[in-house]
Amino acid sequence: MRSNTFKTLLLGAAFIGAGAVAASAGTLDEVKAKGFVQCGVNGAGLAGFGAPDDAGNWTGLDVDACRAVAAAVFGDPSKVKYTGLSAKERFTALQSKEIDMLARNSTNTMSRDTQLGITFTGVNYYDGQGFMVKKALGVSSAKDLNGASVCVQSGTTTELNLADYFKSNGMTFNAVVFEKQEEADAAYDAGRCDAYTTDASGLYSIRLKMTNPDDSIVLPEIISKEPLGPAVRQGDDQWESIVRWSHYAMLIAEEFGVTQANVDEMKKSENPEVQRLLGVGEGVDFGTPIGLTKDWAYNIIKGVGNYGESFERNVGEGSPLKIARGLNALWTKGGLQYAPPIR
Amino acid sequence: MTLRDKTVDETPRSWVRAVLYDATIRGWVFQGLVLLGLILFAVWVIHNTAANLRAANIPFGFDFLNMRAGFDISQKPIDYTLDSSHAQAFKVGLLNTIIVSVLGIILATIIGFVVGISRLSNNWLLARAATVYVETLRNIPLLLQLLFWYKAVLSVLPGPRQGYALPLSINLSNRGLTMPRPIAGEGFEIVMWSVPVAVALAWAMARWAKRRQAATGQSFPVFRASLGLVIGLPLGIFLALGAPLSFEIPELKGFNFAGGMVVHPELIAMLLGISLYTATFIAETVRAGILAVSAGQSEAAFSLGLRPRQTMRLIVVPQAMRVIIPPLTSQYLNLTKNSSLALAIGYPDLVAVFAGSTLNITGHAIEVIAITMAVYLALSLITAALMNWFNARVALVER
Repeated sequence: MRSNTFKTLLLGAAFIGAGAVAASAGTLDEVKAKGFVQCGVNGAGLAGFGAPDDAGNWTGLDVDACRAVAAAVFGDPSKVKYTGLSAKERFTALQSKEIDMLARNSTNTMSRDTQLGITFTGVNYYDGQGFMVKKALGVSSAKDLNGASVCVQSGTTTELNLADYFKSNGMTFNAVVFEKQEEADAAYDAGRCDAYTTDASGLYSIRLKMTNPDDSIVLPEIISKEPLGPAVRQGDDQWESIVRWSHYAMLIAEEFGVTQANVDEMKKSENPEVQRLLGVGEGVDFGTPIGLTKDWAYNIIKGVGNYGESFERNVGEGSPLKIARGLNALWTKGGLQYAPPIR
Repeated sequence: MTLRDKTVDETPRSWVRAVLYDATIRGWVFQGLVLLGLILFAVWVIHNTAANLRAANIPFGFDFLNMRAGFDISQKPIDYTLDSSHAQAFKVGLLNTIIVSVLGIILATIIGFVVGISRLSNNWLLARAATVYVETLRNIPLLLQLLFWYKAVLSVLPGPRQGYALPLSINLSNRGLTMPRPIAGEGFEIVMWSVPVAVALAWAMARWAKRRQAATGQSFPVFRASLGLVIGLPLGIFLALGAPLSFEIPELKGFNFAGGMVVHPELIAMLLGISLYTATFIAETVRAGILAVSAGQSEAAFSLGLRPRQTMRLIVVPQAMRVIIPPLTSQYLNLTKNSSLALAIGYPDLVAVFAGSTLNITGHAIEVIAITMAVYLALSLITAALMNWFNARVALVER
């Protein structure tokens, strides 16, 4: 919409107007000085990942990534301010320093990681692109979609994967491209398109918003790798480490059974891994070298919980989405979530 | 007159004063300073932008235009495949913007003139209906209207398999208006070329008729004759060549129609929204223009024996146009710029394709936005130039 174009312009103007400043200046110092983390999340609201709840509080897996960083820096997960961003605005917002970190179900790709002046810090959700169709079409596989009109959001890896998939399978299609996810949702709901495509996690979330969710089914094919994760600006290694290790701390906590409820008890644990995670013991301090306190990880787990808890609460069995852990299970349970050791 | 002391004028100091207070020299100096300031500002902006981009590790350049685009565009007026470059995607977006702007301008002008004249009608119902239309639609934001029309178009029309079958293999469904695509056969270019030739002939004939009427008073049915010429000549050549034109009939295949030509629902909604909205402003402009011509002009024409249609065409309209055209130009410019709202309803215009998909895929925000702004500026300047030329043609020659 117009306002977004305007916003993009403003963000662009930030490069023009801003005095020349070194990009590597400490984001951590700036964050500490202003007293909160400015975090870019999904402006359209993607239930389970980043969306305001009934009370207007942002919740979701991506939101927990922001909260974990705030907990690590301030010991208080609520010290976050959120900026709702469209797919189109997100990277410019990060580049132009409007936000300190981006956690908006963004796929890590080589060109984004290398050409945009940003760095992805990890993968908080392993996703893949899928299709949703109306049951009435009688389609049971994405291979049957030859000639279909497909609703898709612009400026996403989805838009490109869609084209690649149809091309490599020798099928034709007609993409109806919308700038905003809500607009694409509404057009699919109104019957403009035969199919809707986005990341599988998003399909489940969007299906629930349809007038008749049961009229649509998600097809079994997953046509791409979509490692979603937070991103920061290039050139600030300290801040990058903080965001990266906030995620790792949540993984390690799950691996060793440290939860929001038992974290205080776990401080008495004899397990050296847990002691290093929670900063317990003489000379055990992994926080100070990255500009934090020794109990940085304790604060994350106390404030946000471990990765498993966050997953179940936002997208898993404890949520309306009921997504299985699948690829997002810990490596010890056959999944891909794997954190290097704290040592 | 001020009294001057000549002896003082001859001293060197007064020479300096004369230069200092000379209006021409001052003008040049100050304009030069302003220009210098502007140039310095531009240099600073460019330098600072480049430095900031470098500091943020963002590459700058236009090489990305040659990279493979890899995304699909729903409405492709020219050849475009997934392997085309971003430059080609840019052209498609630009053409789509031009298509919606030109069609919108034509529709808005027709509706605007009809409604504007209707508001002045003696028919109570017609005049009131026109008033209600103008006052309602011009007071609702365009974006809302576009969303409304898009929703309306999609909810009224059935799916492609249940679409309304119209004559001549035309089908209307929520996938758009599907119709046969004409395929030019051998010799069809001659038919195409005969159109401008016929127009030129009609123009020459009109000039001849005007001169003859001025000299002898004999009138000539110019309108009917030129209509016959413009339609008759190409049609005659077309038939003489053995009708070198075939049609590709759209067929229902799988989910959608394959083949043929499609007017997508996004374009239909765009045209409805943008032309109905702009037409309200044009209607008011037209009404103002006609009211600006005093009633005495018509009365004088009647008393000279001119018929009402002649009065309108020869006396009222030429004078009204003088008032109408400048604000009409602004409305055309507004319409062109407003067409960028298209991306809200998925119409692939320049902003949606180039400043949307291309910007996001390549990440070259500054370059893409700069190009897009330059394009809108150029489109507006061209429209304004054409309208100014037209204005100069139709304006009354004042003596």
